[in-house]
Amino acid sequence: MPVLTVSIAVASTMLAVAAGMTFIRLVKGPSLPDRVIALDLIGVLMVCLLVVTASATQQQALLDVAMVVALVSFVGTVAYARFIERSRS
Amino acid sequence: MTEWLSSGLFIAGALLALLASVGMLRMPDVLTRMQASTKASTLGLGCLLLGLAIRTPELSVVMRAGSIAAFMLLTTAVGAHVIARASARGGAPLWEGTVVDERPPGPPADEPPA
Repeated sequence: MPVLTVSIAVASTMLAVAAGMTFIRLVKGPSLPDRVIALDLIGVLMVCLLVVTASATQQQALLDVAMVVALVSFVGTVAYARFIERSRS
Repeated sequence: MTEWLSSGLFIAGALLALLASVGMLRMPDVLTRMQASTKASTLGLGCLLLGLAIRTPELSVVMRAGSIAAFMLLTTAVGAHVIARASARGGAPLWEGTVVDERPPGPPADEPPA
């Protein structure tokens, strides 16, 4: 089915471009919260790419990987937020 | 028919994720960047998971997609709130066109130790 092949290729390219643009914000970001939310968005984009790859290769194990990446990304974000609040005082 | 539907959902989801990253790059301060990125990326991931579930309607795939969607829907909001609270209490500078700033002037009052 060529429609799905084309759409999966286009979606993967767009997600890669999005990750690159978020990486620019991660490098540039003037403050620490900017970098933390950029890292959070990169985690979400990674989950998106894993879902697209799971659909392209029909590997269901990639969905488990996507779930684990989402979990770890959330824990990292909350830990960074605690760190920012603590380091203020 | 279903491949057209899931193709459209894939494209829409990737477009929303791209939009989130454009917002992350172009918005002027931390809070606006965060609201752009979290909302658009959550909707984009939801579209991608719906396209996956429509393409492969097996029980294991649909259950995993649904649980990923529910988990992200919960945790993205919580993470965004926590980061917004930390950066606002830390006195993050707002965009110069901001109309309402309800933070009290001066250093923020300390919360009781937890």
